[in-house]
Amino acid sequence: MTAPAPFTAGAANPFVLRRLLTTPVAGPLVALVLASVFFAIGTDQFLSGGNFSLILQQVMVVGTLAIGQTLIILTAGIDLSCGAVMAFGSILMARLAVHQGWPPLVAVLVGLLACGVFGLANGLLVRAVPLPPFIVTLGMLNVAFALTHIYSEEQTVTGLPGPLTALGRTFPLGNTDITYGSLVTVALFLGFAYALGSTAWGRHVYALGNSSESARLTGIRVNRLTVSVYVVAGLVYGIAALLLVSRTGVGDPQAGQTDNLDSITAVVLGGTSLFGGRGTVLGTFVGVLIVGVFRNGLQLMGVSSVYQTLVTGVLVILAVTVDQLSRKGTR
Amino acid sequence: MLPRTRPVLAVAIACLALSTTACGSGSGGDSSSGKAKVGLITKTDTNPYFVKMRQGAEQAAKSAHVDLSTAAGKFDGDNAGQVTALENMVASGVKGVLITPNDSKAIVPAIAKARAKGVLVIALDTPPEPENAADALFATDNVKAGELIGAYAKTAMTGKTAKIATLDLAPGISVGVQRHDGFAKGFGIGSTDPSIVCSQDTGGDQAKGQTAMENCLQKAPDINLVYAINEPAALGAYTALKAKGREKDVMIVAIDGGCTGVQAVKDGKIAATSQQYPLKMASDGVKAIAQYAKGGKKASGYTDTGVQLITDKPQTGVEAKDTGFGLKNCWG
Repeated sequence: MTAPAPFTAGAANPFVLRRLLTTPVAGPLVALVLASVFFAIGTDQFLSGGNFSLILQQVMVVGTLAIGQTLIILTAGIDLSCGAVMAFGSILMARLAVHQGWPPLVAVLVGLLACGVFGLANGLLVRAVPLPPFIVTLGMLNVAFALTHIYSEEQTVTGLPGPLTALGRTFPLGNTDITYGSLVTVALFLGFAYALGSTAWGRHVYALGNSSESARLTGIRVNRLTVSVYVVAGLVYGIAALLLVSRTGVGDPQAGQTDNLDSITAVVLGGTSLFGGRGTVLGTFVGVLIVGVFRNGLQLMGVSSVYQTLVTGVLVILAVTVDQLSRKGTR
Repeated sequence: MLPRTRPVLAVAIACLALSTTACGSGSGGDSSSGKAKVGLITKTDTNPYFVKMRQGAEQAAKSAHVDLSTAAGKFDGDNAGQVTALENMVASGVKGVLITPNDSKAIVPAIAKARAKGVLVIALDTPPEPENAADALFATDNVKAGELIGAYAKTAMTGKTAKIATLDLAPGISVGVQRHDGFAKGFGIGSTDPSIVCSQDTGGDQAKGQTAMENCLQKAPDINLVYAINEPAALGAYTALKAKGREKDVMIVAIDGGCTGVQAVKDGKIAATSQQYPLKMASDGVKAIAQYAKGGKKASGYTDTGVQLITDKPQTGVEAKDTGFGLKNCWG
């Protein structure tokens, strides 16, 4: 087994080790690197620029959803509706553009806004009533799912105009083909890493997640903040909707059905605590990549997809275990 | 506590992940063997129909000396999962891919990309829309499967006024539409004829089939003929009928020919079923790709993998085989 090698090296230099350990992304990052090394050895095709850009392209939709999911989980909430909201946004964009003949950009804007409205509804219900986020978003999952199927008349929308699929196109970079959409996803991750880490809004989100009551006592307007998080998450799902139609080239009413759980998986693998207040979007990005690398690598090795599900399940349980144990450690 | 826990667990994560993949790699191909690679993408992993399909592909791969890798959507209707699997297979250098599309239209752009890279794409069981989006189609003629049980039911109902319940698949899915229309055609009526007094979607699921039948009986208690998209839906209908004491005077016909379904025909729960052959679809598909890999030409067009009426109560003028034959050739 080659796995322990990096740590024997680290142990020889305690300072480096400590630096590494104070970064919450460290654990997931190590897992990602080890998995990549394993697949690079195991298959001829894994270690190529083309394959790397393929993985980025494959994770861009769930990755973008996972950004919104991270925001909500940081407030100690959870969003079960993200995949269904995205599906509604995508079918709205596709049908407005294809069946109603609206200008593509207007169709995209309306789709984005619709997703934002779902976020607003979630946020208001969570705060104004108030109701547990799990229940609110479970309800909204069904509402969005049903609306998608009613509005789409169960029909797949084909023949999308160019602007709707533009983000699915690629440009050559060295000997790889990078998809424009994956650049959007990476930019979103960087943008939200900045927003969470270096703006008042971001710091307030962490404060809210750690303790809603103490956040309120320090003068943060928690109701308004919570609603803003859900609205921003909804708009991010709208971007995911655009990425989805551009990636598959069709509007698909069946889309997104397991993406809510996939996005939660990515957030958890990225080291964000399900109890709120701890975690980073960059960790989520690593989490998303872990899932993408495993799915791609196992497929390249010819391993059947049930094993991918098995591996993902084991990783999630281990990641939550790490979170729990390290919480005990800090108390 | 904290500084120690994290690295230990990270290593544990990685080791476990590595050992799991090592366990799994036996079921797939060895990338360094130099054999041609063939991919199979089914609708889901768990449905016995697709399990049989995978077995057929594995047997054929062994005898044709090609490497088979398999993948599936997460649920019936999961297009994105199939797109990802197809991309990964193309990246792994497959010669050809067999695919059972979850969404006939939505999969088309992904198939086009794979074909543009020289990969032979054969649709199994379910045609893409348009059908020529894939190189070839190996499938049951679903219209004919419906016609067979329609014609059987027509003869068996001679002298009675039919009150029909149709337990369908789901809106917009071509297999379900073709079977329903085929049944109506075989029965000699239009697909929305007034003698069809109740139509419900079941998703091909037994529990939903039962609920659908219960609702149909509420709506029209005098139903005397049930068409079911597949045998699980038919068995659900049987349960609902039995609860009302109606199982003897209502005839159920179905399509698929799974082993549980054929057994139900033998037990007299279902009058007749149209049997299809997923194993043959897959093994013929793998052979076609193996041939292409050896420098042969690409398979093209539609290959009918056959359908057979199975019943123990044959009607004169309707050709059928008994459940002995059905059980010998069933899947699941």
